[in-house]
Amino acid sequence: MTTGFAIEPLAEDTLLLRFGDGIDAATNARVHAAALALRDADLAGIVDIAPAYASLLVRFDPFAGNDNALLETITKALDPGLRRDDEQKRVTQGCMADRIVEIPACYGGDCGPDLDAIAEHARLPRDEVIARHTAVEYSVAMLGFAPGFPYLLGLDPTLQMPRRANPRTRVPAGSVAIGGAQTGIYTRELPGGWQLIGRTPLVVFDQARETPCLFAPGDRVRFRAIGADEFVQLAKRSA
Amino acid sequence: MSLEVIKPGLLTTLQDAGRPGLAHLGIGRAGAFDTPALRIANALCGNPSDACVLEITLLGPTLRAHHDAWIAVTGAPIPVRVGGIEQAMWAPVPVPAGTTIELGAMREGCRSYLAVQGGFDAAPVLGSRSMDVNARIGPFGGRPLQAGDVLPIATADGGTLASAADAGTVKKRAWRLDPRPWFDEGNTRRTLRLIPGAHFERLAESSRERLFSGSFKVDADSNRVGLRLIGPRLEWTTPIEMVSEGCVPGLLQLPPSGHPIAFGPECPVSGGYPRIGQIAAVDMSCLAQLRPGDALRFAACTFDEAVEALRKRERALQKLEATIDQRLRQDRDARGPWMKPRVETSSNPLTPTLSPKR
Repeated sequence: MTTGFAIEPLAEDTLLLRFGDGIDAATNARVHAAALALRDADLAGIVDIAPAYASLLVRFDPFAGNDNALLETITKALDPGLRRDDEQKRVTQGCMADRIVEIPACYGGDCGPDLDAIAEHARLPRDEVIARHTAVEYSVAMLGFAPGFPYLLGLDPTLQMPRRANPRTRVPAGSVAIGGAQTGIYTRELPGGWQLIGRTPLVVFDQARETPCLFAPGDRVRFRAIGADEFVQLAKRSA
Repeated sequence: MSLEVIKPGLLTTLQDAGRPGLAHLGIGRAGAFDTPALRIANALCGNPSDACVLEITLLGPTLRAHHDAWIAVTGAPIPVRVGGIEQAMWAPVPVPAGTTIELGAMREGCRSYLAVQGGFDAAPVLGSRSMDVNARIGPFGGRPLQAGDVLPIATADGGTLASAADAGTVKKRAWRLDPRPWFDEGNTRRTLRLIPGAHFERLAESSRERLFSGSFKVDADSNRVGLRLIGPRLEWTTPIEMVSEGCVPGLLQLPPSGHPIAFGPECPVSGGYPRIGQIAAVDMSCLAQLRPGDALRFAACTFDEAVEALRKRERALQKLEATIDQRLRQDRDARGPWMKPRVETSSNPLTPTLSPKR
């Protein structure tokens, strides 16, 4: 349900719709439901609709018209009573996109130098860590930090692990990582403090590609464990 | 048509009106920091207001024109020489093929804009020619310009400027714009309007007071992502834990250091530091022109005041753009398409200026 949100003007051309203040799947599903409803409503003058964990940023053309009219249209577009049934269903299921993106990932070794540390922290064998990481269907809560970087919700609580005390200055592109309760994929070589569990050979973000980002907000994501040989093969293909 | 980069200057990038509409993919807007300066430079070249220009930082580049061209430079005052001859800013300047355009060091301010008739025509990336250096998105992989880069220029069919081939020898133009209020020479207007934000009330009372009474200095560790402001240390009454949420240029965040960060055009699309407020959009061009070491102050402002100020400026800008367009047409018609350019003598040192009527 989309009811119960606060609208805060952030800038002359930006509103922030707040649905809660925590990182949880239910709140995030409401954010994506609202984003979808606003996109479907195709309101004139809206430039950006960007979901975060618990809030939705809406940017509009400040010269297009009257702010109050815009607020009213947004509120109306988000009125659950006026929305279609299938949307309601997707909201209740917490699933906003029909798409499932499968991410092949090579776990441990050079690809995931922190796998042993995660296993030790979780008091689990390495294989069990990999099994638990690949067992879950994640959802893309938001994209940020770097272009196309997916923040994934759904990590098995036993795999949660605090960030490294000393962040790495260079995390390789494609690194699959755990930071607290979140898991994500480094889109390119970046500095970062998350624990590196594995690496995907897929190019997560490429500005020259027709669809530059592998993920969109609300997507479902599954990891599939691959060996070093398949990693090399897939890397060649996606290069 | 192209310009070649001989020396890149300190940090020279291609910028246009930016890359809106992609925040949901983690891609920020980028675009020119000082937007009125972008628009006026384009107007002076007869370009659409969002055509791609060079954004120059503190120390300008040296460029060579491979073809006849018209340029215009706006923003922070910077020496402009074409073929060794000093040229006016805030005016269309003819550049004959083969000549060198040298931009020097800025006297004050931080960013100048060089537009070329037709606009720079690098292939757009995700709908914009803007270089987002921090995100590494844009033409040339989003990296700043380097020596040897060749910048293609779009042909301006039916442009309002006379054909560049008619420009003849490099000479001083007969008119130039008054930079005021678009660049505040002497930088007296360093008070930025600030709209108190979500967490403003949770600033300690003394911090709220110091925010508006104190003076802040731009730290050396500042760029298009954000400006670090060193001044009286600001504190929250209680620590604020928040989950990452949407960020926009102009946002004033307070990290645990107690020194605020003012976001620029390459800011991240989301972030988790609590927010003091939002710098009024109308004052972003002032923020753009602050260099490390410059001092600034904040004055409280309401949303309605900020919106009204922005609308007022937009009207003034549109009026100025129309005035410039009219003047360019007059110049072109006076010369006639077939006539050799008149050699304008510079015996009269008082060049008439066009001031925007506000």
